[in-house]
Amino acid sequence: MFGKLTLESIPYHEPIIMVVAAIMAIGGIALFGLITYYRKWGWLWNEWFTSVDHKKLGIMYFIVALVMLLRGFSDAIMMRTQLAMAAGDAAGYLPPEHYDQIFTAHGVIMIFFVAMPMVIGLMNLVVPLQIGARDVAFPFLNNLSFWLFAVAAILVNISLVVGEFAKTGWLAYAPLSGIEFSPGVGVDYWIWALQISGIGTTLTGINFFVTILKMRTKGMTMFRMPIFTWTSLCANVLIIASFPILTATIALLTLDRYLGMHFFTNDFGGNMMMYVNLIWAWGHPEVYILILPAFGVFSEVIATFARKRLFGYMTMVWATISITLLSFVVWLHHFFTMGAGANVNAFFGIMTMIIAIPTGVKVFNWLFTMYRGSLELTSPVLWTLGFIITFTIGGMTGVMLAVPAANFVLHNSLFVIAHFHNVIIGGVVFGMMAGLTYWFPKAFGFTLDEKWGKRSFWCWFIGFYVAFMPLYVLAFFGAVRRMQSYANTEWQPWMILAWVGAVIIMLGIACTIIQFWVSIRDRKQNADVTGDPWHGRTLEWSTSSPAPFYNFARLPEVGDIDSFWSQKQRSEEQLEDAPYTDIHMPRNTVAGPVISFFALVIGFALVWHIWWLAGVGAVGVFASFMARVFNDDIDYYVPAAEVERIEREHQLKREQQLGVEAQA
Amino acid sequence: MATDTLHHSATDEPHEHHDVAGTKLFGFWVYLMSDLVIFGSLFATYAVLMKGTAAGPSAAEIFELPFVLVETFLLLFSSFTFGMGVLAMNAQRLGQVKAWLAITFVLGAAFVGMEIYEFQHLIHEGYGPDKSAFLSAFFTLVGTHGLHVTFGLIWILVMLIQLYTKGLNDMTRPRILCLSLFWHFLDIVWICVFSFVYLMGVL
Repeated sequence: MFGKLTLESIPYHEPIIMVVAAIMAIGGIALFGLITYYRKWGWLWNEWFTSVDHKKLGIMYFIVALVMLLRGFSDAIMMRTQLAMAAGDAAGYLPPEHYDQIFTAHGVIMIFFVAMPMVIGLMNLVVPLQIGARDVAFPFLNNLSFWLFAVAAILVNISLVVGEFAKTGWLAYAPLSGIEFSPGVGVDYWIWALQISGIGTTLTGINFFVTILKMRTKGMTMFRMPIFTWTSLCANVLIIASFPILTATIALLTLDRYLGMHFFTNDFGGNMMMYVNLIWAWGHPEVYILILPAFGVFSEVIATFARKRLFGYMTMVWATISITLLSFVVWLHHFFTMGAGANVNAFFGIMTMIIAIPTGVKVFNWLFTMYRGSLELTSPVLWTLGFIITFTIGGMTGVMLAVPAANFVLHNSLFVIAHFHNVIIGGVVFGMMAGLTYWFPKAFGFTLDEKWGKRSFWCWFIGFYVAFMPLYVLAFFGAVRRMQSYANTEWQPWMILAWVGAVIIMLGIACTIIQFWVSIRDRKQNADVTGDPWHGRTLEWSTSSPAPFYNFARLPEVGDIDSFWSQKQRSEEQLEDAPYTDIHMPRNTVAGPVISFFALVIGFALVWHIWWLAGVGAVGVFASFMARVFNDDIDYYVPAAEVERIEREHQLKREQQLGVEAQA
Repeated sequence: MATDTLHHSATDEPHEHHDVAGTKLFGFWVYLMSDLVIFGSLFATYAVLMKGTAAGPSAAEIFELPFVLVETFLLLFSSFTFGMGVLAMNAQRLGQVKAWLAITFVLGAAFVGMEIYEFQHLIHEGYGPDKSAFLSAFFTLVGTHGLHVTFGLIWILVMLIQLYTKGLNDMTRPRILCLSLFWHFLDIVWICVFSFVYLMGVL
């Protein structure tokens, strides 16, 4: 009846897990109770969960990502604490099988459920506004993508309490992840969580690719698009071309595990090296999916706060395109030691080093944009400066790893860990924090508190170096990754130093939470009534903050790069007196959350081999999808009078605020 | 969301800034390209594992080309009939569209039926997908194609229902065009399967 699922599947005997589960349960019940008490369920469902508004979806992506960041960071601090303790004869407090789940969960959560949703959330929030569109090409699919991602995040969290998570490392290398060596359900949770969220990501990639190519406003040619839109376009190309490889690879692993096939097994002709090749043929483009949009954020931030057009727009675009293409011919550098041969290793080593060239071009573009600009040291700029320094160091250690001979020494050591945190924290995390601060007023109508933002930056910046520089050192002493304890007590001081770094980063996260609290408290003082709090250059700043659900009352026209900036310089209010027209908008849909709910049912049922329940889920997905397909009432018109009313109201608010400021 | 809104039907006013049907078709093209990457991965997997027969049979020992040739012609012919259906749609002949789609369905169903027979026959002989890496790769590549055709068949049924209830309009037209792209795409993939798996396996 319940497949492999029994009451013993719940780890009662693990006090740490039970405490965490209790905290999560209490938090969940409290949240549930508050929403019920304030009667907000209807509002949540109608205004948010079923919304097809790209801005709201972007906000929801960010909220889930921040919650998952707390989970992923808890894993990190637990690992650092374990390693600070477990020197010599000491065993630490985490048994190996638990420690293995934690480092796997940390990697999976941070990449798939923190970094990806932040990047995709930012694209949702910003790209349609930057290209002067009213929505994305396929609004319903956009909602569905979000929910597929959200239920996959739920599935990962279920694994904490019901059963176990994979103990294989975040990429679940075969044959360790095969049924022979991982007979438990941990790898199955990994499989179905990634498969469900991966389908959502592929749909997002298609959606935004089409949006950017087809929905740009009048006059916005490809080479007038803002850099963030360009980097998003390239990231989406990478998603479309690489995520299907992940889908196929995980499907093959699934067949090995569920139907006894022999793709990656050690016997019957299987080839486990093929798994490593396939997973990295997706995995390397994946890191550029994360970093390219972050590059876009830094470009926007630097140009805005240096009050200068970005230096070398064209080289920036072509550098992005080169990185996009090159990212598909470097995957083998993740396993030089596998023995593909000297010539193959040399090819991939050289290709990897070549990627440093367009990346270097970008660094110089940012430096020259600042040069002779009047740089304002706001917190987004601090994140950007911190990025340029940190990412450059990370890039250099990356070039070191790209040398096959050196790689044979460094492979699987803490050097690799230090390197990729160097580029992912220094690049993606700093980029997302900069983007969050920069575009927050466009989402909510008030700016974030600068003081706490800067404190958060300094904690993250210093904390990063204290936490990860010791890992470079430890690697030269011979410390390898994924070890639960170590015999050499001389390593312990460095491990403790790394723990201190993690605690400093924790303070940075705390500062961000306080920043949200303080900013929401002071939202009246920090209100952005102009829609353009930073004197921005691109179209998203030409509409009010928060942007109305139709984005632009009249669609803007573009004649230049940074068109909004030049319009402001000429102080022309565009299309001032043109009459408002009816606006065509998509309706909200229940199909996204409902289909995704059934997808979650399928995922859970397949993890536990509850076949009838998987059947129920499949029927549910099909039926709810058909309900959507047979629904004709999917769009509506906002009448011109309604648009005029909303715009008047906003205008009035703005004049009142300006009047108050003039009196003061 | 706005509280008071007018209700227009999707057809009585031109859309203001972009061509919805064109965007849909383009989006579907992009989806097909991503699907092609899945097939590409499976073809690559097959290429790596085709010699991994372990103690089981090799391709030459189990493939029956005449049988597969009939399958191939069923599918190729169904692409032709679907093409006729689209021509009928462009000529506004609803009755003919339905007829051509129905014929396409029968041909596609016959293809899937033959494939299921082939699979069942192989498993019955003791050559199931769990016998060797080669058989795993073969069943998965061909089966994934067959699964796609099956989804195509369901889609044809749904379109037939919609043609009966809604006729040809701005919603059903782009869907038939997308389905047509999907169907021809599967045909092209099958030609690769036929050449690369069956022909090369036997020759």
